[in-house]
Amino acid sequence: MTLATENAASSTASREAVERIDAEAVNTAGKRQPLYAPRKKIFPKRASGQFRRFKWLIMFVTLGIYYLTPWLRWDRGPYAPDQAVLVDLANRRFYFFFIEIWPQEFFYIAGLLVMAGIGLFLITSTVGRAWCGYTCPQTVWVDLFLVVERAIEGDRNARIKLDAAPFSAGKLAKRSAKHLIWVLIAVATGGAWVFYFADAPSLFVDIATAQAAPVAYMTIAVLTATTYVFGGLMREQVCTYMCPWPRIQAAMLDENSLTVTYNDWRGEPRSRHAKKAAAEGRTVGDCVDCNACVAVCPMGIDIRDGQQLECITCALCIDACDGVMDKLGRERGLISYATLSDYNANMALATAGGTETINPDRVRREGGGLSDKVAHFHWRKIFRPRTFVYFGAWSLVGLVMLYALLTRDRLEVNVLHDRNPQYVLLSDGSVRNGYTVKLLNMIPEPRVILVSLEGLTGATMNVVGLDQPDDRSAAVPVDPDRLREVRIFVTLPADRLSEADTSFRFVVEDKASFESDVYRASFNIPEGSR
Amino acid sequence: MSEKEHIDEVSGVSTTGHEWDGIRELDNPMPRWWVWTFYATIVWSIGYTVAYPAWPLISDATRGVLGYSSRQELTTTMEAVSAEQADLRAAIAEKPLDEILADETLRRFATAAGDAAFKVNCSQCHGSGAQGSAGYPNLNDDDWLWGGDIEAIHQTIAHGVRFDGDDDTRFGEMPAFGDILSRDEIRQVAAHVVSFTGTPSDPALAEAGAQVYADNCASCHGDAGQGDVTFGAPNLADAIWLYGSSEAQIAAQVRQPRHGVMPAWQERLGDPTVKQLSVYVYSLGGGE
Repeated sequence: MTLATENAASSTASREAVERIDAEAVNTAGKRQPLYAPRKKIFPKRASGQFRRFKWLIMFVTLGIYYLTPWLRWDRGPYAPDQAVLVDLANRRFYFFFIEIWPQEFFYIAGLLVMAGIGLFLITSTVGRAWCGYTCPQTVWVDLFLVVERAIEGDRNARIKLDAAPFSAGKLAKRSAKHLIWVLIAVATGGAWVFYFADAPSLFVDIATAQAAPVAYMTIAVLTATTYVFGGLMREQVCTYMCPWPRIQAAMLDENSLTVTYNDWRGEPRSRHAKKAAAEGRTVGDCVDCNACVAVCPMGIDIRDGQQLECITCALCIDACDGVMDKLGRERGLISYATLSDYNANMALATAGGTETINPDRVRREGGGLSDKVAHFHWRKIFRPRTFVYFGAWSLVGLVMLYALLTRDRLEVNVLHDRNPQYVLLSDGSVRNGYTVKLLNMIPEPRVILVSLEGLTGATMNVVGLDQPDDRSAAVPVDPDRLREVRIFVTLPADRLSEADTSFRFVVEDKASFESDVYRASFNIPEGSR
Repeated sequence: MSEKEHIDEVSGVSTTGHEWDGIRELDNPMPRWWVWTFYATIVWSIGYTVAYPAWPLISDATRGVLGYSSRQELTTTMEAVSAEQADLRAAIAEKPLDEILADETLRRFATAAGDAAFKVNCSQCHGSGAQGSAGYPNLNDDDWLWGGDIEAIHQTIAHGVRFDGDDDTRFGEMPAFGDILSRDEIRQVAAHVVSFTGTPSDPALAEAGAQVYADNCASCHGDAGQGDVTFGAPNLADAIWLYGSSEAQIAAQVRQPRHGVMPAWQERLGDPTVKQLSVYVYSLGGGE
């Protein structure tokens, strides 16, 4: 008898004591459901362990951010809304705490999307489909809906029983309660969304008193429907059939990316009867075939089939298996986060380089425990050229945006030169050009902006409707956080026409904040004036 | 079909019986959600053709039980917009022009509406930018034949210039001096007119023209050629010339003057639109 089998035999007593769950993976590799077949229901069992605790934390934080953010206040003075995060579509402004974005600054949002894209590459190449497993709204809301389902209908077995039970008053009560709470959650979800687009407290009152705009109710209705249908009814089908992410993310994984892995090099051959096997001289792996990993899976797969598209790497099977390994007095990590390269190395060890079937004895050392030759994930593997490139690109975009944000001007000028007519000859022989000048005061305070001519010696300007005498500059008051459009006539005297350099600049300045902007304009004169 | 059913070995699914170079097409059913969506669109389309105009008939089409029509929708939209603007239009109709100019909102509305009316009715002669052309005055500049304050502009647009159909039309006509003056006198007076703003070809000629000008032209065009808006007599001492500024062009105009005609718009467009046009023209930059 080998040492390993002896070791296995020593824990045989508890091996058979582990309850075998009568679970069958709905999406198991061998029985893949055809697309036109009706969905088979999945009843995930409650898991407990470190990953489940981590997921509770993330659910708490992400839902908290989503539901509470619109209610945060942020004082911006009397001329701007005091909601910390607000997409003000009516006035075309986006407020995010101390940042205010005008429509022409939308490139910040584009930059954030680029960062999100590269960030996804970075996260996926290191810790695999962490987005799917922990933070994707679909995962979070399905988790939330499952909490409700468990609280009302009980855990896995009770739910299966209830589902199979004939129609009764009790079943109706439970089902109605469950769906009612789901709908309430869905309404709250759709309701929270609209608060990002208007002043939350006043909109809440408007909605409650049926005075809000129809589009608010429409939005809530649509998002209520999608939340209820996706989170309550469709669940894993959204990930498996509708979402492009699983396909894309798979392309970003490499052999050093962490994925949830069933370590069959120590688990196989799986057996519930180690004593009998030992008596027959066979070695058995650590897997006791208890189906705990299958029962907790919200995607209805068997992780022991290997990596598969359906797996969102929520790691609940790791928690379930670790619990069983603890009971058996074995090392945790029969199912674990592992990289393909480590897995391949360990597999080669267990199969003597692929020449034989898996023999767990080869990865065990005398006296129990895993052999020193077994490869484990080391944090240094995160730092590889690929992740450096991703991180570099991600930081570069971030730093460029940060720089642009910190140095941006809150005063801008845009000028439209009259094209028709290009110039106007006046009775004294001077030439006039018309300009439509747009002054952008991008802070929520009123300002007086000084517009002046630079270059074009001898020319004077007049702002239409301002009642100021012709001069080289004019002070234009602009409302807080607004654009003011003025007509400016620039006139060049007849005696200057022949010598004029027709390019000049409109300079706009705020004397109080020292902000300024410049527009390079040109001045048209009649042909032959030179 | 003569072939009997063929079952694909790998998937165990029957095939359509078609074969291309040994490749057969599986005969999987459509996904259920797809099929139901398809049926739903059929049901929807029946309902839609009943509710909305759909089926073509010989001279018409079915109207649909909801009575929808895109023309009606356009009319409704236009009426809604008109209703929104009713207050502004009413204010423009009843207020005098100087009050319209003083009111920022009314002024903006009148300028925008005047712009649109100008493009339709005036741009054919004055140009889409009101820049004019030879014989058609530029309305952007500060030279006005009939006066450039808002009331004068309104008067000109409302009643036109030398327009037969309006008793209040602007009228002024320069005699054809080809019948009155000799060829030499015409050359002399043309040289003199050029000398108001520039250098004549022959100073002696211009000198001689001074007397001819004083006798024949000054009564309308003024002693220094400053013109008179009462008769629409152009200013001859500025840089702007409707029919050209060369001596030959001036001489031609003295001999056989050309006179522009503008229709009266008051009756055609109604007073509110004429007011809007006046505000627009006034705002172009030359208004006095």
